Amino acid sequence: MAALDELTTPAGDDDVVGGVPARLVAAPRDTAEAAALVTAARGLSVVIRGGGTKLDWGPPPRDLDLIIDTRRLTGVVEHAAGDLITVVRAGTPMAELHRLPGQQLALDAPPAATAGGTVAANASGPRRLRYGTARDLLIGITVVRPDGTVTKAGGKVVKNVAGYDLGKLYTGAFGTLGLITACVFRLHPVPAASAFVRAAAPPGHAARVLAGQFAASALEVNAEPGAEPELAVLLEGTPAGVRERAAAVAAVLDGEVSAEPPEWWDVLPWAPDGLGVKLTGALSQVPALVATAVGAGATVRGSAGTGVLYAGFPAAGTPPGSSPSSASPSSAPPSSASPSSASPSGASPSSGVASSRAPLSASGVVEAGRAVELLRAAAIRAGGHAVVLTAPAGVRDTLDMWGPVPGLELMRRVKDRFDPEHRFAPGRFVGGI
Amino acid sequence: MTGIDGLAARLRAGIGTQRVLTDRQELRTYECDGLAHYKVIPALVALPVTAAQVAAVVRACAATGTPFVARGSGTGLSGGALPHADGVLIVTSRLREIVEVRPEDERAVVQPGVINLDVTKAATPHGYYYAPDPSSQQICSIGGNVAENSGGAHCLKYGFTTNHVTGLEVVTPDGERVRLGGTAPDTPGYDLLGVFVGSEGTLGVATEVTVRLTRLPETVRTLLAAFGSTDQAGAATSAIIAAGVVPAAIEMMDALAIEAAEAAVHCGYPAGAGAVLIVELDGPAAEVDAQFDEVSALCTAHGAFETRVAADDAERALIWRGRKSAFAAVGRISPDYIVQDGVIPRTALPEVLRRIGEVADGHGVRVANVFHAGDGNLHPLVLFDAEVPGQAERAETVSAAILDLCIEHGGSITGEHGVGIDKAKYMPRMFTDADLDTMQLLRCAFDPDGLANPGKVFPTPRLCGEQPGRRQGTHPLQSSGVAEIF
Repeated sequence: MAALDELTTPAGDDDVVGGVPARLVAAPRDTAEAAALVTAARGLSVVIRGGGTKLDWGPPPRDLDLIIDTRRLTGVVEHAAGDLITVVRAGTPMAELHRLPGQQLALDAPPAATAGGTVAANASGPRRLRYGTARDLLIGITVVRPDGTVTKAGGKVVKNVAGYDLGKLYTGAFGTLGLITACVFRLHPVPAASAFVRAAAPPGHAARVLAGQFAASALEVNAEPGAEPELAVLLEGTPAGVRERAAAVAAVLDGEVSAEPPEWWDVLPWAPDGLGVKLTGALSQVPALVATAVGAGATVRGSAGTGVLYAGFPAAGTPPGSSPSSASPSSAPPSSASPSSASPSGASPSSGVASSRAPLSASGVVEAGRAVELLRAAAIRAGGHAVVLTAPAGVRDTLDMWGPVPGLELMRRVKDRFDPEHRFAPGRFVGGI
Repeated sequence: MTGIDGLAARLRAGIGTQRVLTDRQELRTYECDGLAHYKVIPALVALPVTAAQVAAVVRACAATGTPFVARGSGTGLSGGALPHADGVLIVTSRLREIVEVRPEDERAVVQPGVINLDVTKAATPHGYYYAPDPSSQQICSIGGNVAENSGGAHCLKYGFTTNHVTGLEVVTPDGERVRLGGTAPDTPGYDLLGVFVGSEGTLGVATEVTVRLTRLPETVRTLLAAFGSTDQAGAATSAIIAAGVVPAAIEMMDALAIEAAEAAVHCGYPAGAGAVLIVELDGPAAEVDAQFDEVSALCTAHGAFETRVAADDAERALIWRGRKSAFAAVGRISPDYIVQDGVIPRTALPEVLRRIGEVADGHGVRVANVFHAGDGNLHPLVLFDAEVPGQAERAETVSAAILDLCIEHGGSITGEHGVGIDKAKYMPRMFTDADLDTMQLLRCAFDPDGLANPGKVFPTPRLCGEQPGRRQGTHPLQSSGVAEIF
């Protein structure tokens, strides 16, 4: 396999995904080289890495031979300002796309996150209320399939119904269907003015903003145990219009207008090695979801305007609000991936070690399992889902991170067609896909 | 009894005698959709009234290897609902219940036969509406909108059906009822909802649709601007976009389209206009007023010789009447016409319109242009007289050349009408074999036997063969004793 030797280098100490070390790393420079690499990598298990900002999301891979790093697949290929679109290579940092001349990709993401990674993880932030998410903003995509075939879907125009909208299939697929090498995005003008309204108000008051004529770009909630919940609203538009609407929203919420967002704005509410859960539900159920999560000891933030929240528990995986005496030991569903393949030399002392061997971790495991179970039940009642995005190393393997998913059988069939040998991000996705 | 007779008997027992049509005269009613020059009489028409009945029909088709085609109101313009001669046409228009309207969740749940405009009518008393508004919204069904990912004049700002559907119940081609998406956004797993919308009936039949409701805007303002030429109107459009304004709609009609609209509905557009623009802004009053003044000024600066502002809903309706009636109106000035649907980058508008004019002149054919200028979605109407020998062929040639122009400029062969039967042959001009094969991977995951709307979207249907290297263990045919490997 001369080609593989030329295109890869031995993995280093940092080339680890979810505690699983890779053997090889490659950073192709363009789509053609990426296709050659994937073709040469037949038989190898592969995980794709962008900026690495969400590499801890999802279960660890079942196997990992090769990390394909997109850090050299960078650059804006085209910015057609008059057409409000841009073509970018997948490894381009989102920071670049947030400040195109006069325009922006209106998709919130950490500056170091890449375009391809943001699409693959279907990450979003506060402004999803106005602009939608990656599925709404992605209009074209280039993907190297697991068999090395280069394929495109969509195009360079926003309005396009020719053929299947496969961009949506790759969005949020966690790299299980292939390697994204380029994306085409719809852009928006940078608004002339913007303002925030901040208020100490219960989550239920979000409905007042939605029912009004405020055309908010974002409507966020922040709540944590022992503190008064807050709402924050982003308004964008003409200077006079923003002024007028901000004043009106401030009146409705009994809040204050501010040029700056609160410090918690677009910050996920968990520390490294904490337990982080994405909660979704119908809009009217947001207050109940927030109450349940806060009651379980979580800090909850997210889009009260779209019903997408994030609940974070402190590191060590021990939700403070729950009582050990009421713990039921059998709640955690069996893990789909075996933790034994993980390296015991990972960052955390408990990583890769079965929970029963670490007494401190054991209670954490049970509590984390209970918290997830509680949140999942609440999310399902609310018409949504609870997905564990990240968890401490010791408890990660005991959790059903994705939870129940409708249409799973169809999803397995899709995976079987695109990646029949299950080599791309094996075990990282729903149902062990 | 074999073949279709056996299937008919099974379906009559399953969903009721009166819901199964096999009489040739009755079948003829369903021989085409909105693209009427393609006609096929189906072998059987099923008229289910529940999702369970749809599933029963599809299961029967799957069991007998019978192709099926789903049809809503039959207004599609690409022949997507053209029946299969040996197949079953499943008409969903009797599943027409609005199941619930939940303004507090900004959602409505409807059955697929519900008419698009009726969703808005049900939501309006609560202060909400359903944003996608195809021109046929008074008769087209939500199920059809889902199949075609329908757009409309206002999708420049609000997006298409795919941006407004959060959940579906579908019957897969093997007859199973599956939920995709739901009430909340971001359902975990592959976005099968996202690929189902716009799949033109090739992945199954939608039996229930959860849609997002949008808050009615505080203000709507509509402007009609008359220009000497389409170049001027195109330049004004670009200037509006460049100014950072995102109108709800920017529509353009050229002189020939205006002539047709005047003849049909007397919309009273300014005389002598080489092009008109309809620009609609909606949203909070203060913003709309400020942007409206800006848009008016930009139109004037780019040569508008007259601008009219709708003073009320009646005047707005009058402005829109000309635009919305344009397709039908062309019938007043030409015995026959082809409605084309292509997309170009907005900035290529002047160049492409000029080239369309050249191609039309070269073939001695007239083309009226009506389009969604804001998003570069062209609807050239190629006029001809089928009675004059050779004209229909020349019109076809011009129509195809327009699609080539769209592809050449980095656009698409369809913006909202779909590929259907009509444009399947053009797909290879826009996509490589590898791209089309990749789409087939999805198709095969849903429909390995190719029974759902066969012959549509894809030019050369491929068999869902096994992947190279995939075969592991014994083949099912081998283990069941049907085949042996030597």
